[in-house]
Amino acid sequence: MYLLNRKQRHGVNYTWMIISLLLVAFLPFFLFSGLYLKSFLLIHDYSLTELIFSNEWRPSSGKFGFYPFIVGSVWVTLLAMIISAPICLLTAIYVTQYTRKSFLRIMHPAIDILAGIPSVVYGLWGILVIVPFISRYLGPWMGVKTMGYSILAASFVLSIMIIPFILNILIEIFRAIPGELKEAALSLGATPWQTIKQVLLRKALPGIIAAFGFGLARAFGETMAVLMVVGNVVKLPKSVFDPGYTLPALIANNYGEMLSIPKYDSALMFAALLLLIVSLFFNLVMHFFIVRYNKY
Amino acid sequence: MRLSQKIEEKFFKVLMIFSTYFILIILTLIIYSIFEKGIKAMSWEILVQVPKGGYYYGKGGGILNAILGSLSLAFSATVLAFVIGLPVALYINVFLIRHKKLVNFIRFLLDLIWGIPSIVYGAFGFSLMILFGLQTSLLAGILTVTLFVLPIMIRSMDEILRTVPIGLQEAAYSLGSNKSETAFKIFVRQSYSGIITAVLLSFGRAIGDAASVLFTAGYTDNLPNSLLEPVATLPLSIFFQLSSPVPEVQDRAYASALVLTIIILVVSLFSRGLGKRYHKTKINF
Repeated sequence: MYLLNRKQRHGVNYTWMIISLLLVAFLPFFLFSGLYLKSFLLIHDYSLTELIFSNEWRPSSGKFGFYPFIVGSVWVTLLAMIISAPICLLTAIYVTQYTRKSFLRIMHPAIDILAGIPSVVYGLWGILVIVPFISRYLGPWMGVKTMGYSILAASFVLSIMIIPFILNILIEIFRAIPGELKEAALSLGATPWQTIKQVLLRKALPGIIAAFGFGLARAFGETMAVLMVVGNVVKLPKSVFDPGYTLPALIANNYGEMLSIPKYDSALMFAALLLLIVSLFFNLVMHFFIVRYNKY
Repeated sequence: MRLSQKIEEKFFKVLMIFSTYFILIILTLIIYSIFEKGIKAMSWEILVQVPKGGYYYGKGGGILNAILGSLSLAFSATVLAFVIGLPVALYINVFLIRHKKLVNFIRFLLDLIWGIPSIVYGAFGFSLMILFGLQTSLLAGILTVTLFVLPIMIRSMDEILRTVPIGLQEAAYSLGSNKSETAFKIFVRQSYSGIITAVLLSFGRAIGDAASVLFTAGYTDNLPNSLLEPVATLPLSIFFQLSSPVPEVQDRAYASALVLTIIILVVSLFSRGLGKRYHKTKINF
């Protein structure tokens, strides 16, 4: 019935498992060294401070300053977090503390669908709804002339995209808090909101920080949706209504011409390396918050 | 209760209800606007034809190349990720069950990999392609997307496999089965529904991601016919058609977005439905 006997089959399966595991375990290392080797040319020729803090981006004359892209990425990410964080926190509290279990049965599929929608579709929705909304209503209402393709539009779209990630973690965290804590506070005469404010939020703080951190890392690396609505202008943005440019958008937009200009491909790989480092760093730090949270 | 307390209580409750319904309303709004725009632009021609000459200036044709391309790319990548991912998930949960620290470290590593943005995978795939002198091709796209969905696949399987009670494992050993038999015959059967969910989740991610295939899979107007030729994908076809100034082409971008959204919705519906169906093979404790 089988080609091999039991022992041999076990051997084959075992080898297969070990090879796969090693492949996965070394993946971050592969990614890092691959990108580092490709961007080595650039790091070798320019100082790191020059690359990161220089304003000038003219690849054809050998000027590679990533500052506008880094600033654009930071603006978009932080603004998205400012919009998204309170909404997620309030929703997570409401869903776990105020509603019945059956409400989660509506919420969970909704979160799943939000998480499943591809980023291109989010970008398309941004172009259809958010961009006209900003250029026609929000801009004039604030007294600013804007095309609509702006930092603000990107942040809006991004803030919706990261809701499912943050919300899922937050719901898990609030559900993990033992019920006795809440009951003790309530029995001492605290109102429901006082209980949440003084007990739940305090207890969940490391977890909440971790959830926001994961969301931040997610937002920082998001490419297509941001690329489609951010405007893609290499300039330091002065207000949120200005168009900007982000690191992922830079990579995605210029892959076609990167082989025709010397060192251009190195520069784009350097941008990817920056993204990798930022994402690994954030996830690492947030992991320790989660570990701390679980210890309590 | 003092009045100010009462007001605070009410205020935050209203705020919470507001933000919860805000999320639900935004979701309906997104789905609604995709469907409303997409259905208007949808036609049979779009679904069953490849782009003809002058397609990107508003002439006839469809996006069959992108639909088939995306499906074949996502399917192959999911299969490949399954072949690599299942043994890893089983290994962690069967062989390493006594080494809690090592398992936690591997899980942490996987979470770290999960967090890496897809554009980084794309750039990495591209640098590998230059290294080996490869062109943009279906094969390169499949390999890159495989790396991208691997952590998702492994971690979602792992979440299910770790719920398998230790008693089941001990029972299997006591009946004389070895570790790999326990893994592939007992654990897989016990977590069947969860594994299917993991596979479908990965498929959804694989078909929806654009940034990783942008460099590696390229784009073509032809149907996918060889592993070594470029292949069109739905997300990229949406992206390219949307950046065209011609209204007819933009309309077709909406139709393409509708196709992609429907595929994703069907996949996520299936994963919920199938999860319930295969509970029969599960032993309940």
